[in-house]
Amino acid sequence: MLQLAELTKKYNTGELALKGVTLEIPKGQVLALIGPSGAGKSTLIRCVNRLVQPTSGSVVLKGTELTKLSSSALRKARRRMGMIFQEYALVERLTVMENVLSGRLGYVGFWRSYFRKFPRADIQEAYRLLDRVGLKHMADKRADELSGGQRQRVGICRALIQNPDLLLVDEPTASLDPKTSRQIMRLIQELCSERGLTAIINIHDVFLAQMFSQRVVGLELGSVVYDGKPDGLTPEVLTRIYGEEDWSATIKSTDEDDDDEEEF
Amino acid sequence: MTDSSETGSYPSSWKKAPFIKNSFVRWLIIVGGAIYLAAALGTMNIDLERVKEGLPRAQRFLDSFFPPNFSDNRGVLWEGIAESIWMAIISTVAGIALSIPIGLGAARNLAPAWVYLFCRGVIAASRTFPEIILAIFAVKLFGFGPFAGFIALSLGTIGFYAKLLAEDIENSSASQAEAVKATGANWFQWINYSIQPQVMPRMIGLSIYRLDINFRESAVVGIVGGGGIGATLNTSFSRYEFDTAAAILIIIILIVMSMEYTSSFFRKWVQ
Amino acid sequence: MPAITNNGIETWRLRTSKEQWIRWVCWLIGLAVIMYAWQMISEKTVWFFVTDAPTQAADIGSRMVPPKWSYMDKLWKPVWDTINIATIGTIIAMVIAVPVAFATARNTTPNIVVRTIGLFIIVSSRSVNSLIWALILVFILGPGVLAGTIAIGLRSIGFCAKLIYESIEEIDHTQVEAIEATGASGPQKMIFGILPQVLPTIAGVGIYRWDINIRESTILGLVGAGGIGLQLNGSLNTLAWTQVSLILIVILITVFISEWVSAKVRGAII
Ligand SMILES: Nc1ncnc2c1ncn2[C@@H]1O[C@H](COP(=O)(O)OP(=O)(O)OP(=O)(O)O)[C@@H](O)[C@H]1O
Ligand SMILES: [Mg+2]
Repeated sequence: MLQLAELTKKYNTGELALKGVTLEIPKGQVLALIGPSGAGKSTLIRCVNRLVQPTSGSVVLKGTELTKLSSSALRKARRRMGMIFQEYALVERLTVMENVLSGRLGYVGFWRSYFRKFPRADIQEAYRLLDRVGLKHMADKRADELSGGQRQRVGICRALIQNPDLLLVDEPTASLDPKTSRQIMRLIQELCSERGLTAIINIHDVFLAQMFSQRVVGLELGSVVYDGKPDGLTPEVLTRIYGEEDWSATIKSTDEDDDDEEEF
Repeated sequence: MTDSSETGSYPSSWKKAPFIKNSFVRWLIIVGGAIYLAAALGTMNIDLERVKEGLPRAQRFLDSFFPPNFSDNRGVLWEGIAESIWMAIISTVAGIALSIPIGLGAARNLAPAWVYLFCRGVIAASRTFPEIILAIFAVKLFGFGPFAGFIALSLGTIGFYAKLLAEDIENSSASQAEAVKATGANWFQWINYSIQPQVMPRMIGLSIYRLDINFRESAVVGIVGGGGIGATLNTSFSRYEFDTAAAILIIIILIVMSMEYTSSFFRKWVQ
Repeated sequence: MPAITNNGIETWRLRTSKEQWIRWVCWLIGLAVIMYAWQMISEKTVWFFVTDAPTQAADIGSRMVPPKWSYMDKLWKPVWDTINIATIGTIIAMVIAVPVAFATARNTTPNIVVRTIGLFIIVSSRSVNSLIWALILVFILGPGVLAGTIAIGLRSIGFCAKLIYESIEEIDHTQVEAIEATGASGPQKMIFGILPQVLPTIAGVGIYRWDINIRESTILGLVGAGGIGLQLNGSLNTLAWTQVSLILIVILITVFISEWVSAKVRGAII
């Protein structure tokens, strides 16, 4: 469904952030992208929806080559890709509802969005999503009044109301406490399986990556150094990705079960 | 979590909550604002006839602005500029010299109550009246010429600089001040070691900013007789030498631009 | 290390000798400039008038009291005009300043030509005092409130646009990126991503400038551009000192009230 071929990005500063990455992601797969800081994870995700313009290589989503699209065609393509950000990136001075509805901007005209006259179906969908993540009662709060975990859930709603085929998730849990992190990751995983979404999730926490994904790709200095099952992350593999360290406490032990079932 | 989406009971309309929650107050403000605007525009006596008949005059007027005449027939252009620059410099220096004691006195954490009130009073008085009114009185008292402008701009500087200095001192860290006091320093040492380092960088930036303001203001105090480029500008207007006036305006803009550049550079330099 | 060795003993010093020298030279140059400036000013000063100033001051002061309270009847309309000049001038300025600010900010306008034009508008509007704008406009439009209002508007565009464009350049870019990632168009990005972030600044700048404009519009009458300055000018020319003192009191009160109002409004919306 998503094919990256020889994707390369060189920043103006001369930094070679991606060195010919090739990946094929089938529909419905949740892929965790791990790697040390500066490995190029964010760059890779941003090259897909072209918040960063790749230097060379191709990105093909459902048969459409994205790297050469004109700006209006790119906007159309972006509607099918929801993005979730590390620091939530909510527009802080807008209400929760406006933030969620902003996910529909690609579908409605300028004046409708200016007067906040979104289609009835969109509004219904926004309420449904907010209810799904447990924030329906917060709809009229301003985004900067929410806690980190609540903000990230609003960010998830904003991405999902786009009705995307693909979710691009950049370190969704980096500013959250361990418990909230798990809740958010589980929420993303559940939503992906409910809707049959494909997702690329950048994540620093190897344990969470193993727990909530079907496939793990390890990136180091802009190149793929691991691509396989979550169970395949042995200490040797992690050393290849991150460098020498004692990994015994980081990796999910095989006998530990996912018994963390509480609601939020 | 039970998925209530099955029930389909979600509202299908949503309106952004208005900025002013109380609808009575909201309408009061809207209607009041509308009435005020109507009244204001209504009493403005805009005589459209006169504006219309003024338009060709405006055209001729603008034409006579170009090309700007830098040739300086009466030999007063550069002299006026120089006078403005000297006036700006000297009034900034004098104004700041006066501002420092007044600013110290107007900081609540330094001064006793009566000093505080007196200094605040001086600042308020200097801030209320525009430089130009100060200049009118200075001209009445000291006669025409740059000295009157110098007095007016210096007094104007106090209202600006002393106020900001006082606020900066009030916002400076009390713990640093206490630490220095605890060493047994006397009052001057205390100011020198604890307050001065904290407020100095911003104050240097502000003094350059004030120099910039004083130069610009020096272009207007001349209109009421306070010397400087304003006097030259006023004469060229009253003699209908609009091309010279245009040249003066361009020179003012250029000098202000270069000052702005310098001051941003300076502010970076002192952080 | 700014330490020197003196007779084999290391002594700490704040600055190295070279730094010390540079500082001295800077001070010396500064002092010379100030002396020269003073020289230029005092050359053009008739010192007799200056030494005579205290008697003059006492004289004028005694003529100014008591203020001629009955003159107040003729001041209500000018005060009303003054407030209108400031308010409508500020509204005009804000309507123009916001688009100019967006056209000048680096992150909303990549085009360098547009940005330079925006900067030019800002600088030329800021450099020319409202009194000079009024002087020019009185020639074009004839004397009256209209010239004053437009003068205030023209002067304020640059001031407001400068503060607004600086705050546009300081916005949080990831919020805008998030909107961009949903497939929003350029104008939508502006409305949803940027405007909410700068709206408080825009409101604050407008109120701040209104406060300044009240002060400035009190003097525009000196060149015939309406407001209470007209009465001030007339009274000064006819040496009606008791009227002058009343006008000054009225200006003082107006300015204090406007300061109070703007502080209240700012507190309410931010
Ligand atoms: N806008 C930019 N301009 C120049 N260089 C950049 C830019 N963004 C990222 N880089 C460089 O590209 C490389 C990859 O950065 P990227 O942000 O993709 O890393 P990352 O894997 O997401 O790291 P982290 O885990 O810290 O978020 C880094 O070396 C970084 O310095
Ligand atoms: Mg990153």
